[in-house]
Amino acid sequence: MDVGIVSYGAYIPRYRITPQEIGRVWGTDGEAMSRNLFIISKSVPSPDEDVVTIAVEAARNMMKRSTVDPAEIGSLYVGSESHPYAVKPTGTIVAEAIEAAPDLTAADFEFACKAGTAAIQCCMGMVGSGMIKYGVAIGADTSQGAPGDALEFSASAGGAAYLIGRDKLIAKINKTCSYTTDTPDFWRREGAHYPSHGGRFTGEPAYFKHVTSAAKKLMEEMGTTPGDYDFAVFHQPNGKFPVRVAKQLGFTEEQINAGLLTPFIGNTYSGAVPLGLASVLDIAKPDQRIFVVAYGSGAGSDAFDITVTPAIRKFRKEAAPSVRDLVENKKFLDYASYAKVRGKIRMKEASQ
Amino acid sequence: MTVARFWRENSSRYNLVGVKCGNCGKVFFPPRTICPECRRLSIGKMEPYKLRGEGEVFTFSIVHDAPSQLELQKPYIMAIIEMTEGVRITAQIIDCDPAEVHIGMKVRATMRKIREEGASGIIHYGYKFIPVTK
Repeated sequence: MDVGIVSYGAYIPRYRITPQEIGRVWGTDGEAMSRNLFIISKSVPSPDEDVVTIAVEAARNMMKRSTVDPAEIGSLYVGSESHPYAVKPTGTIVAEAIEAAPDLTAADFEFACKAGTAAIQCCMGMVGSGMIKYGVAIGADTSQGAPGDALEFSASAGGAAYLIGRDKLIAKINKTCSYTTDTPDFWRREGAHYPSHGGRFTGEPAYFKHVTSAAKKLMEEMGTTPGDYDFAVFHQPNGKFPVRVAKQLGFTEEQINAGLLTPFIGNTYSGAVPLGLASVLDIAKPDQRIFVVAYGSGAGSDAFDITVTPAIRKFRKEAAPSVRDLVENKKFLDYASYAKVRGKIRMKEASQ
Repeated sequence: MTVARFWRENSSRYNLVGVKCGNCGKVFFPPRTICPECRRLSIGKMEPYKLRGEGEVFTFSIVHDAPSQLELQKPYIMAIIEMTEGVRITAQIIDCDPAEVHIGMKVRATMRKIREEGASGIIHYGYKFIPVTK
């Protein structure tokens, strides 16, 4: 039974800040950080935005493009590492906002930057087994790096939503597989405001090992080589890692360019691969094949082999903004305004 | 504002669900139990009606003296939006420079945080409006 993507939608907040501006404040060479991380700017959420509002906007964009009745949605999962509540699901609010409640199951996922793709896999299983007709998987984040930390140059905000089903597929998911180990490269303890990371340890034994292992496993199981794919999307904590891992695996820059957004919007964490894939689907044509590998610290990778169907020709893409529209709709902030809108300045407690 | 009071209004605040009078066809937002024009003739005939979420600025004001909840957003725009269904709604306009807002500007509804009941309290979400860019 075929399982795949019925619709998708994206959302990126419009504020941006440059590494040069962050470096100016902290006495770091912002120019060098921009060059080394290959990040030109990163997205910044408004004070009234969080994972709920980003997930809602992405999910509504997804529903605008689809003819599916929201009452037919049987599951809704939101993957994020920055859910606004520690206890109280993001998913219930999103379900109400797209009028999919109450006859569905919902839960929030957390697996660093790959919680969104884990949600896609879960929906695939439920749809494929016949438990539900349609499932919604969302990856969204409003991640923060500690002021002055290397993460502050990349941690950004955004998200994308996917409607997974068996019919009306615009893209068939041929296969998914994962590679998971206990690798503590990045973490945030309960109650801690900012995450911690293992510096260079986040590279070879973490990102590269997991992404290449999942990628090779998927190609082996599918009997494919990098040349069989028109596009490839890799998790993009910065602009450099996905380019390097693509090269290691034998993919070309032409294959990854369409899904490489981090240079313009930073690392949207759980939103990164879902947004990269959305950017590819915005331009994909029937029968084109897409290779996708997400990575989440802690650590694991989810890989997907996807084929675009002829139904994409009649898909109502124009009913919602494209990823390019969202990337281009931007307003730059200075560091002081950025610190204010991100809650980095201690304020007097608001009165009720 | 109590948790329950806000929760009761979720469908209106999230999805702009108002009511339509089954007698005269007039749309109201927020929902009312009877039509002020048809009165008893509308009893039992007020049906839920979801607004499309599109409208234009009828009038607006730039707020410089903000309540503490909106301190980070000042100066911000409050407007009366005339929806395509004819009903008027008071709401904040966001993602818009105060110098750019004008009467007649096309806007559409989106969902944002309205307020938080302190650092450990409930977060209230609801409609705000953004300019229609294309």
